[in-house]
Amino acid sequence: MNPEKVVFGFFIVLALTLNFGFFVGELDNPDHHNGWELFAVVVVNLIATVLKFGDRTQIGAVLLSTSLVAMLQLIAAVLVWVFAVHVTGGGLTPRTTASIVSLTGGAMIANVISVVLLVVETFMLRR
Amino acid sequence: MDTIVFLILRRMRAPLLVLIVTYALTVTGLALIPGVDAAGQPTPPLSLFHAFYVLSYTATTIGFGEIPYPFSDAQRLWMTLTIYASVIAWLYSIGTLIALLGDRAFQRAIVERRFARRVTRIASPFHLVCGYGETGQALVQALTDRHQRVVVIEWQEDRINLLQIESHREYVPALLADARSPSDLEAAGLRSRWCAGVVALTDDNRTNLKIAIAAKLLRPEIKVFCRADSHDTEANMASFGTDHIYDPFDSFAVYLATAIQAPCLVLLYAWLSGLRDATLDEPIYPPAQGLWVLCGYGRFGKAVYQRLKAQGMDLVVIEADPGRVGLPAEGGVAGRGTEAETLEQAGIQSAVGLVAGTDDDANNLSVLMTAKQLNPKLFLVARENRADNQELYQAVGAHIVMHPSRIVAERIRVRLGTPLLADLERYARYQDHDWACALISRIAALVEDRVPDVWELTIDAEQAGAVCDAGTQGAPVTLDTLLRDPSDRDIRLPALALLRIHKSDRTLLPEGRVVLRSGDRLLFCGTEAAKWRMQWALRNCHALDYVQTGGDGHYGTVLTWLGRRLGWHGERRR
Repeated sequence: MNPEKVVFGFFIVLALTLNFGFFVGELDNPDHHNGWELFAVVVVNLIATVLKFGDRTQIGAVLLSTSLVAMLQLIAAVLVWVFAVHVTGGGLTPRTTASIVSLTGGAMIANVISVVLLVVETFMLRR
Repeated sequence: MDTIVFLILRRMRAPLLVLIVTYALTVTGLALIPGVDAAGQPTPPLSLFHAFYVLSYTATTIGFGEIPYPFSDAQRLWMTLTIYASVIAWLYSIGTLIALLGDRAFQRAIVERRFARRVTRIASPFHLVCGYGETGQALVQALTDRHQRVVVIEWQEDRINLLQIESHREYVPALLADARSPSDLEAAGLRSRWCAGVVALTDDNRTNLKIAIAAKLLRPEIKVFCRADSHDTEANMASFGTDHIYDPFDSFAVYLATAIQAPCLVLLYAWLSGLRDATLDEPIYPPAQGLWVLCGYGRFGKAVYQRLKAQGMDLVVIEADPGRVGLPAEGGVAGRGTEAETLEQAGIQSAVGLVAGTDDDANNLSVLMTAKQLNPKLFLVARENRADNQELYQAVGAHIVMHPSRIVAERIRVRLGTPLLADLERYARYQDHDWACALISRIAALVEDRVPDVWELTIDAEQAGAVCDAGTQGAPVTLDTLLRDPSDRDIRLPALALLRIHKSDRTLLPEGRVVLRSGDRLLFCGTEAAKWRMQWALRNCHALDYVQTGGDGHYGTVLTWLGRRLGWHGERRR
């Protein structure tokens, strides 16, 4: 067992599970989507992205790109949140909640691809 | 490209992780600890956004203060921790990045990338020169002087530095690498479609051999030029099709033999292969009759001995170590030749010429000086082993100084720059002294006191479109036509055709009435102005029509009609 692989897999799967946790619930209901959870999703995704740095294989490159996509979506979601709550002062209306949650939904698909690739790689390199 | 990005990413992984975790923890803490208002009443903690904002300016040591409200003591306690943790995390990240910039592997990756980019950016045929010793230096200088592109591979760093401070007319990308490794050859553009040839000039025969093999295997169609100092290596290189192999000692022996037999031929070749704008050399006449003394019977001495003996000349050999290198069949004198006794034993008083050909410059100079004292009328030939001794050889009054590196460089330069000139030399070798002298005086009349410009011409659509068209339209062009001035056909251009290759026929000094055919290759010499004026007749059908018939071309229907109306006809346009 390679501890590096454990950490790597841990963060990639955690990124997906947290993302899913934030995503589930009614699309436009702010009570179903916790800000802290979004924060955790962003942090864990950042860590997962950095862990994927420096892998020169083809699959490593695709893994990195899925993570970059997820980060792009998540940062967009965070910006919408910050704008709604702090800048415009409109608060979390169903409209903004819906757009935040759908953005993280996109990030989740990227994370799903990431996990699928991880599983595929694990199977292909079974030793 | 990849290497650099991956190096950065890999090295920055740990610092970035530390940074992310520190930020996450401290932001979380700050967003959980309640604050206090001016009246001392507890307020809700900072939002995540505000916590991130506060952290961003504290961690980067900008420090705006306690925004938006003064902090509670609990918050201040947490901030104290935060400041130390985050500043350390930043220092760690930036320190790693700076250490990476100073890293040798990283810098090498950057240099290699820059080199590869410059090589791929070359968009004209270039030659790959392996080895930047004296030969490589001379060749690169000569090629760039003629505006040809060169890429250099050299494994000694100080030589690369030397290349970078030398001034060349063309930019020369240089890579610090071992030319024996095929991947480095590829990095230097061996696979590029512009790579026209590989020149192996290192001072090690085995390295040259390895380069030749790699080049022939990876790019069988390009030309490979090699320096070889032994017949053994030469035969090995020839066995797998190395295009041109140069042995400096054999080359010089041929040169010396030719200089004795036909001095004009040597002068002719020196003029034609001279660098642009140089002044014309004076001929030298080594004595052909009488005794020659040859000091040193190593590789150089043996090559000279064989050539001169084949011409039936009288030779005495002096060799310091006959046990190691041997002596010719009819014997010789054992000794260094630096002392008068040995030279006298060899008969220096009655000799006409002396060749100082050991591999030690100090000995050679000593031989020359002693011999000159004993017999001031001697013709002196010296082998110069290191280029920095050139002035000493001039001071001692040697008539011919042979430098192995320069000879190889010169020959490869001619072969690369004007291949037909190298052919000319080969065919001209069978001509006699008078032929060469006659040609020399013809050239001297054309160019006065400057080295003639030598250029090649292939009769094809690209270089001589007008001539090709005229040929297909049934008005074949003669060589004489080309040599007329396109602004006044009664004046002849100061140029001379030296060689014509038609299919497999070669004609030295082709006559003016020779009809030029598509695919012919010609070698001209003359002034530079003549070279450019000739382009008119080659490319412009009206100019060609004029030099051919004296007629004036028509410039389209409208002008022809106008010309007829205004009575331009019959007048010659200048």
